[in-house]
Amino acid sequence: MVIPGQTPPTNLDEFLEGIWKQNPVFVMVLGLCPALAVTVSAVNALAMGAATTFVLLGSALLVSLMRRIVPREVRIATYIVIIATFVTIVDYLIAAISLELYEALGAFIQLIVVNCMILGRAEAHASKFAPGRALINALGMGIGFSIGLFALGSVREILGAGTLFGVPLFGPDFQPWVVMVLPPGGFFVLGAWLLLFNWWRNRKPAPREPVVAAGEASHG
Amino acid sequence: MTQPLRLELRTAPHVVKGTSVERIMFHVVLALLPICAFAVWQYGLSALALMLTVVATCLLTERLFNRLSSTASTLSDWSATITGLLLALTLPPSFPLWMGVVAGFAAIALGKALFGGIGYNVFNPALVGRAFVQAAFPVAITTWVPAQFPGRFSEFVPTTLTAPLMIPPDITAWVKGHVVDGFTGATPLARWKFENQVADFGDMLSGVSAASVGETSALLVLVCGLYLAARRFLDWRIPAAILGSALLLALLFHLFDPTRFPPPYFVLLSGGLVLGAVFMATDMATSPVTPLGVWIYGILIGVTTVMIRYFGGLTEGIMYAILLGNALTPLIDQVTQPRVFGAGKGKKA
Repeated sequence: MVIPGQTPPTNLDEFLEGIWKQNPVFVMVLGLCPALAVTVSAVNALAMGAATTFVLLGSALLVSLMRRIVPREVRIATYIVIIATFVTIVDYLIAAISLELYEALGAFIQLIVVNCMILGRAEAHASKFAPGRALINALGMGIGFSIGLFALGSVREILGAGTLFGVPLFGPDFQPWVVMVLPPGGFFVLGAWLLLFNWWRNRKPAPREPVVAAGEASHG
Repeated sequence: MTQPLRLELRTAPHVVKGTSVERIMFHVVLALLPICAFAVWQYGLSALALMLTVVATCLLTERLFNRLSSTASTLSDWSATITGLLLALTLPPSFPLWMGVVAGFAAIALGKALFGGIGYNVFNPALVGRAFVQAAFPVAITTWVPAQFPGRFSEFVPTTLTAPLMIPPDITAWVKGHVVDGFTGATPLARWKFENQVADFGDMLSGVSAASVGETSALLVLVCGLYLAARRFLDWRIPAAILGSALLLALLFHLFDPTRFPPPYFVLLSGGLVLGAVFMATDMATSPVTPLGVWIYGILIGVTTVMIRYFGGLTEGIMYAILLGNALTPLIDQVTQPRVFGAGKGKKA
């Protein structure tokens, strides 16, 4: 995000962009389909975050390398093919590492290909910058996405099952909040986090930069 | 020199009446008090503790969101008190207090404060709170105790004092030990749905059957509603449309197949139909304002309630029916705008 009149972003800025300023889950509100569907436990959330990060890194590298030879007219189709390639790789990888996890995540691994955050990064960033910068940005975005998913997944697992990473926190008599592992629970927890972050942001507005509300984001 | 004639120009309305939000809300609280008192007489300490807990949670949550949004306290308009009382009346008497706290918080936070406070809520806050705990704790919210069990004024139902975040204990044995005839404590609706038994007319009218805290006596709720309607604090058309349409539809079903569908009075008196129709569907912020819209809204709720009860998986349908009606209220208001006086026929105002 180079804004005219400002100093060009450093590598650290590129890296931190995805983690804080443009966090995919909490600021851009992109990739909601996996963010809401698979975050019923912290393990699922981290696995989905790692898989998405892998696809982000791979596609950022390839898109960035091919940015001068891909004709404008077919660039979206090209990006999708590139992304789909890495999704297939990660799909087989997860199945090989842990079949249990693979079944828990289900179709949402294949659905990483339609995660608009990944295509958005390819279009808005990787296709414009050199591989090094694209990779740094993609890594930040992937970590930011993983943090977002973990924030959702840990809260939902604590309330919905009384455990964190499968470890019981409240003893055997815990009353699970059934709604938290159902889809509405995902919306409630995401809404609560957005509320918290927006409240915090509005409480101490940055002096120079105009406040960007989460409303600029689109559907995922 | 004579003073020139002074004309004072004002816009309508010119008739000023002494009603205000606070006054209306206060009278709703007054109208709810007999129902609460009756509930305490029926279920004893547990119901009292539940009502106090839920109301206190609602007031605290309202205050918290006042603080967060840096607005003046809105506790004095009584609306949070009403939400708390109504919410408590829709919960089972044996509901654990800590779950009551969750329900009260969800009601005010999700149902009201996030939309901007009183007058801006899309859904009835009390029902939002109930829907939340229904989705979160499906077992606890369908655990009933029989009304007027002995010792209700000297001890709590064991589930009431469940430690926070813990599963409430199983009270089947406790209920059996307290009630001579071993009555299971299922609600009339559940007994009809799963055992095909229709409860006694007199029992249901006077409220001696297991049910949520405040929905046992349809008669008492109706009388309290009549008081509010007579004072013009609620629109009588809404309960009339809901109860009328539910009754009519139940009658049609009963005539169609008397062995499968219960008599119409059963539909009217069981569950929370009357309580919901009188006190919840009439919430001013979440019901239509046009004369035609009010009837459409009421009939929609009545029909949906009966449909859920007869053909849905749940035993009671009034909660989701009202929430659905709330959701459709802006649309109903929009399509039933009356023709502006003087505007041509068929023209949009």
